[in-house]
Amino acid sequence: MRLSLARRLLLAALVCLTVLIVSFILTRLSGDLAASIAGPNASAADIAIITRNYGLDRPLLVQFLDWAAHAARGDLGRSYLYHVPVWGLILDRLPVTLTLGLSGLAIALAVALPLGILAAAREGSAIDRGIMLIALLGQAMPGFWFGLVMIILLGLDLQWLPISGLDTWQGYIMPAIVLAFSAIPALMRLTRSGMIDALAADYIRTARAKGLSRSKIILKHALRNAAMPVVSIAAVQLGFMLGGSVVIETVFALPGVGFLAWDSINKNDFPVVQAVVLFLAVVYIVLTLLADLMNAVLDPRLRG
Amino acid sequence: MIPIPVPTARREAWRLPALRHVATLLGALIVGTAVVVAIFAPLLAPHDPFAQNLDLRLIPPVWMDGSQPAHLLGTDQLGRDYLARLIYGTRVSMLIGVLTVVTSGLIGITLGILGGFYGGWTDDAVMFLITCRLSIPLILVALTVVALVGSSLTVVILTLGLLLWDRFAVVARTTTMQVRNLDYIAAARAAGASRAHILLREVLPNIVHHLVVVATLEMALAILLEAALSFLGLGVPPPLPSWGLMIAEAKEYMFFSPWVIMIPGIALFVLVLGINLLGDGLRDMLGTRLER
Repeated sequence: MRLSLARRLLLAALVCLTVLIVSFILTRLSGDLAASIAGPNASAADIAIITRNYGLDRPLLVQFLDWAAHAARGDLGRSYLYHVPVWGLILDRLPVTLTLGLSGLAIALAVALPLGILAAAREGSAIDRGIMLIALLGQAMPGFWFGLVMIILLGLDLQWLPISGLDTWQGYIMPAIVLAFSAIPALMRLTRSGMIDALAADYIRTARAKGLSRSKIILKHALRNAAMPVVSIAAVQLGFMLGGSVVIETVFALPGVGFLAWDSINKNDFPVVQAVVLFLAVVYIVLTLLADLMNAVLDPRLRG
Repeated sequence: MIPIPVPTARREAWRLPALRHVATLLGALIVGTAVVVAIFAPLLAPHDPFAQNLDLRLIPPVWMDGSQPAHLLGTDQLGRDYLARLIYGTRVSMLIGVLTVVTSGLIGITLGILGGFYGGWTDDAVMFLITCRLSIPLILVALTVVALVGSSLTVVILTLGLLLWDRFAVVARTTTMQVRNLDYIAAARAAGASRAHILLREVLPNIVHHLVVVATLEMALAILLEAALSFLGLGVPPPLPSWGLMIAEAKEYMFFSPWVIMIPGIALFVLVLGINLLGDGLRDMLGTRLER
């Protein structure tokens, strides 16, 4: 285990390095970053000034090493637009995105786990097929459109919830539900199939032979074994949700990291875009590492 | 390590054969209709999808008051016929779906087969690439690329194609590992077959049924992603009639005329549902067991 943990950490470090390179190259894709910053109406003189001021006339490798060295020390550069450190901009907006992501995940788990377990316990029945149908429908639902439909129904027609912004905590309800919907089908299918496998195992037959109640078998013996892949996927889904917050935060005008990124892309504020890409990638890498560790705790066999 | 769906043997729901077949047929019907509509869009569209008529703005569809028989699904905020735009939008969605799957399939299947067949450091390298790809925030990177390179159909297809290969790679790798030590591979080797022959003629045909199912999943994903990118204003450029773009352009009017976002949204939902139903059906027919 120690060896494999070292291997995983090394892999994570290598992936971080690659992501660092990718997020740097990403903003250089237009060929002329200075022209992209200056916008379509800028004169050649303006572009020359920007090129000099931002050090864009230096060799690409020097620019990258300079940026990477600062990034490694936690300095992600300064916003072209706000003239403040990017890190501060991200930290200011992180609570919104984290609240949204975590409540989305909580809702997704609260819906997907019971339904997945129920479907597995009644495999092949009408209940099972109904639950799988929900997964199928959920999978086909475009998140941004679902958000708009909810705004029309719950915000405008029924006036139950605010349609955008975060004046009250209720502003989180609709976006969290929409975000949860993106994760529910995958979590539900995985819970179901994991439970079906677990319920077919020998130790379940033993537990049954011992005369344990059905609910105890399902919740205590089978769920523990079915939970492992669900923990991994839940961590991955949280990572995807934080990434997907770009769309949801834009639909609901929530001032989070995703909205910041979208706004920065539109305003050519590339240090911010670069930093958010890097930040979300590192969060994802850390989340998958944590999921591995949690699985090692849940399953003694993985500890070796 | 990375928890991504891999094929496993397992019983599925939809056990009542009749219901399963109905679902698959429905999926095939939806996808088939979309293909026909996409190909024959110019013949089917009742109007020019780009023709504006400011006197005929936001006319509601036929089932509502104030509709006009000439515009079955009404018109948008610029007076363009909504049915015509919906029909041409099918073209954009199907084009994106198919071409993205071809691009990402080529990349992912190549990587997956190489990693799965050779193992060792080749496999390590492939796993490393998959891990890197998964850690990159998909939508954000796609938005940035389109913003910097410029929005066009080609850029969206290439961007999504270069980003969506991970599931192809994972499934191709796992399934190649399952077949690489089977007798017919050893027999081909003993018969002196070249490596290219073994990979393309022995391995690929025996894993392709798994990859077909992945292709349906990725096609559905690509269509949803294009709609989301276009909705955010960084997908296909206006005035192209993409369903995502139609929703974005109509968003301002959705409070007074909700149908302007309902129609393209339902089209998107039905097409993706159809592709998924077809994928589920293929999975059952081809004996693939693939979790999503």
